[in-house]
Amino acid sequence: MPAHPHPLGRPFESMQLSGRSGLQVPIGAALAAPALAYALLLLAVPLAALAVLSFWTQDYLQLDRTFTFENFRVAWTEPVYRALMLRSLWVSALVTAITILIALPMACFVSFHVKPERKPLWVFLVTVPFWTSYLLRIFLWKVILGYNGVVNGTLTGLGIIQEPLTFILYNLSAVVVTLSHAWVPLAFLPIFISLERVDRALLDAAADLGENAASRFLRVTLPLAMPGIVGAALIVFVPTVGDYVTPKLVGGPEGLLIANMIELQFKSANNAPLGAALATSAMLVVGAIAALFLWLCSRHLGTARP
Amino acid sequence: MIRRFNWLVLYAAGFLAFLYAPALLLPVFAVNDSSVVAFPLKGLTLDWFRLLFDSAALHSAAMNSVAVAASASVGSTILGLGTARAIARHRFALKKGIVGFIMIPLVLPEIIVGVSMLVLLLALGLELSLLSIILGHILICTPFSVVVLSASFANLDRNLEEVAIDLGETVWSSFRRVTLPLVVPGIAASLLITFTISFDEFIIAFFLAGTETTLPVYIWSQLRFPARLPSVMALGTLILAASLALLVLAERLRRRVAATSPGAPELGAP
Repeated sequence: MPAHPHPLGRPFESMQLSGRSGLQVPIGAALAAPALAYALLLLAVPLAALAVLSFWTQDYLQLDRTFTFENFRVAWTEPVYRALMLRSLWVSALVTAITILIALPMACFVSFHVKPERKPLWVFLVTVPFWTSYLLRIFLWKVILGYNGVVNGTLTGLGIIQEPLTFILYNLSAVVVTLSHAWVPLAFLPIFISLERVDRALLDAAADLGENAASRFLRVTLPLAMPGIVGAALIVFVPTVGDYVTPKLVGGPEGLLIANMIELQFKSANNAPLGAALATSAMLVVGAIAALFLWLCSRHLGTARP
Repeated sequence: MIRRFNWLVLYAAGFLAFLYAPALLLPVFAVNDSSVVAFPLKGLTLDWFRLLFDSAALHSAAMNSVAVAASASVGSTILGLGTARAIARHRFALKKGIVGFIMIPLVLPEIIVGVSMLVLLLALGLELSLLSIILGHILICTPFSVVVLSASFANLDRNLEEVAIDLGETVWSSFRRVTLPLVVPGIAASLLITFTISFDEFIIAFFLAGTETTLPVYIWSQLRFPARLPSVMALGTLILAASLALLVLAERLRRRVAATSPGAPELGAP
């Protein structure tokens, strides 16, 4: 709203503003209310139900509603569940690091070297694979890494190996490679957005002050891109801990993760309460790690900021 | 500077090749005249596409998927519309917390959404059906709708509405007659993107499906049978082409919205 030159303009304007904001309190909340109610009913209530179930026990099809910590004791102390949980966290951490390392130069390229009018096209090109055929994109890695797959076919065709390699599929490395490929577009987005917000004058100033390209990147670009990198870390780490499809398709027996165990408990093992305890534990652990990570980052970035 | 530029161009080319190479295998194996999905390639055939026309289970799964995705996209866009409008225009108590809560499904592992809804629906004694999948999909699609629509609301010239109100329109009629036509491209983009997400979603559908399944659940069941893989590749090719077309359309609509302001947030910006 343009400033009014008339002396009466100010009080009139502020009166109108306060009048409107008085009216807006209910409207704003009312507009968001349906989505909030929906999220409460179909997210908060189900999560509460999951938490309650995790304190019950099940014997075949008979549900015992006595309150007990037994499922959590099993989930946290039995070696098999502990190993799966740690393995899932390790895979996600690795995938997070790899996707950020791969996405960062790409984000730099699009942000600094692509003409502004071409940027939306590049962002579209990078992100579009994320929205299409998740299941089949994961499955295709089985085709790529398989016994008669692309990698083995090419290597035997070129005469580099005689026998197809069997160690490249059905293990944890295959899971990490496949997940990294699937999630790299999502890591790209927040990093790109934070680079777009970097004041180009700062880069010029650094160059004028005699910094070379490498030190300018390390001392100016990277610190300013940190919020995007932190965001990328969160939106890759948290969801990948729960990935079910990838370990099931390319992981083999030694590449199974916590989500596969949760599914097993809910479906064929018929122990939904233990599945619920595993799911709740996974959520708590991931939430705690994410919170700790954010806290460390805000502390570090807070002191690093000029 | 020049050397670094060249290096990054090379990197970008490699990055896109890495990103797209697996997807390119879909059409390759879809027309490969061999019942084994492996190299070396044999001859050219369209048989695998022809097989798709004969599968009744596939047709019903595809119809289910369209119905689920259409419902989820309309539902989540309606919820997203209110939320995006509230974010762009209004201040209210606990705004950050409320908006943050609505956006949680964006980062929550889908398996958690799937099992927790499964537990609740079974506890309430409700039958699993396509409706339960729709309910889950609306939940995970709403944050994406909010992001897309927030961008189009943020780009609106606020004065237009105020002028309309000054000219005697009510708050609601100025929204309907001034704001709505301007955000229609954003709404269409939101519908297309949420449709694509729901159409592609597997885990929640896998947990919440009753007797009727969606296309990704059908595909999952087919992946176990090596003999069916070539036609799955053909099916994947069709799905890939269709979702690509939808996303290109959505991007065009979004860009029409963004054209009014250069600072429009990108898709998926939190």
